[in-house]
Amino acid sequence: MHLHKYEKIWLAFGMASLVLFLIIIGLAAFWKGTHPQSHIETIDPQNVEAHEAFKPENLGISEVADGKYKVNIVASAFNYDLGKDKDGDAVKTIRVPKGSTVLFQITTKDVVHGFQIAGTNVNMMVEPGHISRYEAVMKNTGEFTIVCNEYCGIGHHQMFGTVEVYE
Amino acid sequence: MTKVQLPLSKKESSLYMAYMWVTYISLLIGGLMGLLQTFVRSGKFKLPFNIDYYTLLTVHGVILGLVLTTFFIIGFQFSLMGKTVGISDKQLKVAWLAFWVMVIGTIMAATTILVGEASVLYTFYAPLRAHPAFYIGLALVIIGSWIAAFVNFHQLYVWKKAHKGEKSPLPAFMVIINMLMWFIATIGVATSVLVMFIPWSLGYTETINVLLSRTLFWYFGHPLVYFWLLPAYMAWYVVIPKIIGGKLFSDSLARMAFILLLLFSIPVGFHHQLTEPGIDPTWKFIQVVLTFMVVVPSLMTAFSIFASFEVTGRRKGYKSLFGWFKKLPWKDVRFLAPFIGMAAFIPGGAGGIVNASHQMNALVHNTIWVTGHFHLTAATTVILTFFGITYWLVPHLTGRRLTPRLNRLGIIQTFIWTFGMTIMSGAMHIQGLLGGPRRSSFSEYAGGEQVATWINYQIAQAVGGTILFIGILLMVYIFIQLTFFAPRGVQEYPIAVEEDNAEPTPKILENWYLWIGITIALILFAYTIPVIDIMKHSPPGSPPFDWLIGR
Repeated sequence: MHLHKYEKIWLAFGMASLVLFLIIIGLAAFWKGTHPQSHIETIDPQNVEAHEAFKPENLGISEVADGKYKVNIVASAFNYDLGKDKDGDAVKTIRVPKGSTVLFQITTKDVVHGFQIAGTNVNMMVEPGHISRYEAVMKNTGEFTIVCNEYCGIGHHQMFGTVEVYE
Repeated sequence: MTKVQLPLSKKESSLYMAYMWVTYISLLIGGLMGLLQTFVRSGKFKLPFNIDYYTLLTVHGVILGLVLTTFFIIGFQFSLMGKTVGISDKQLKVAWLAFWVMVIGTIMAATTILVGEASVLYTFYAPLRAHPAFYIGLALVIIGSWIAAFVNFHQLYVWKKAHKGEKSPLPAFMVIINMLMWFIATIGVATSVLVMFIPWSLGYTETINVLLSRTLFWYFGHPLVYFWLLPAYMAWYVVIPKIIGGKLFSDSLARMAFILLLLFSIPVGFHHQLTEPGIDPTWKFIQVVLTFMVVVPSLMTAFSIFASFEVTGRRKGYKSLFGWFKKLPWKDVRFLAPFIGMAAFIPGGAGGIVNASHQMNALVHNTIWVTGHFHLTAATTVILTFFGITYWLVPHLTGRRLTPRLNRLGIIQTFIWTFGMTIMSGAMHIQGLLGGPRRSSFSEYAGGEQVATWINYQIAQAVGGTILFIGILLMVYIFIQLTFFAPRGVQEYPIAVEEDNAEPTPKILENWYLWIGITIALILFAYTIPVIDIMKHSPPGSPPFDWLIGR
């Protein structure tokens, strides 16, 4: 097939950038380990309490080591269950100090939900039958809104929470 | 070479016009829904009569994303086939059958949505359960489009038999590629609808495998966007050069680009599922690599389009480096509208690369950035090109002509569209980067500072949406003028011919067994193991949820 000389240059430039992009993405993924979340672990969506992490008493935030936290969440239409505080009221805000490493573990009891902490890379699909996990270092202080970003029904836009990162 | 254009009979023209009618009725209905959505999301407006936001959103997505595009594309492609390889009376009858099957499917699905029984958005993710009529309607639309595809395949087959040894006309070749891709891709969604959704929605099966249904959906969902784009490419490759008074840049290059698009548009659905829990990251990465491959035919297309602009301009005698560019027919809407579409594809394509990137996607996944992205690609690049086609196709079919006044209105329409979309899509992109979610009704969430920054962009989207709706009204007006009121006359059907001394096109480019074979091999490579994985590690299935969508 005949290719014009300038076209050859153009395609060579294009393909070289393509290869460069893919090498960067590949190195980040396989060498640095920054894959998007993908924990191939299943659970019975109609009995999530059977899993240790999603028993009602284990929901919400807990410190696992110095500066390391774990947050267990059960999503359902139209709420994120972040556990209960000392008075027995539902927790809506998670507080962590700046610079801490937080592992978010979440599953759903009913339909597909999203779990995104707006303004961060914590962004996961939450699907019935699967456990989603993402570990993030909270580098910036402020209040970050957790939004459900996958349509889950007529109350979808009322599903939210807050992560507060303090100094 | 044989004659490029065949005359169209009255019978043929009315078939193609039927498809155009559905297109423009859909544009009006779907556009109105879009307008109302931007109003709701501005936070200043409430829907009357208890209409649910998500019902509108479903109508908007289904009517514009699935109905308008499919009808326009099939109608336009039929006309390309009719012009280059012809259509027999028998094929014409089957083509009408395709039309009616699709119309019945559309009416079924649309009615189900409008009565509030299917507010599941156009992606209809399980385990939200719509009324069975919704899924059956969608299945009929797909089956109708298959009938159309087989009419196209048959048209080329008949032509080939009558023209032994000749290469097929380029437009016909392109149509066949697009319909092949469509057919192979829709097998995925048809399987999930027929085997999983319909029995489950009727209550014959108790549960559904959510991840499998989503994977089958996205196996179809990305080729779907190429199904929209390829007809625009057809116009860019074969129509635009003729409009600017030039010739085809390279027949073989165009065919090669289309083949590459066929190969790399299907085995890439995982890039829509990058943040899902049940798919191995290595397989996600492999599909990211395959996704990026479409950069190659896109660059080929960009090169050849601008090359044909330059070659044509220089032949007319414009010497300076960019003199040919200034002298393009900017005042001809048949050129201007698709040209702005091409220009919008530059940021649109770049945004697509971001979305498809293995990790970068985490920042934008399911934010309104994505909505901004496809309003730039589908709703600007593709739709402006479709409008550009309408300006000559409709008068050609109705035996009228595009008058200077309608041309001027068309130019105004193009600018209104560009202006409205720049505001709306721009605001969506920025809000998405700030974390604003897509497909959500108005909400202040907890009312934090972060959310407050989103709301101004939502107001900007309402402003953009209003401008766009004015553009839609104008476009529908132009369509009606071109159909009924423009003066009688002859409007050219622009198809560019090859240069007299063009190099012969390699025979291998028309070796269908080879290209279909490679396509299937790539799909098997990209999907076999992950799908086995998904089925082997499948959790207990999900029962249906009706009340969540207000049923």
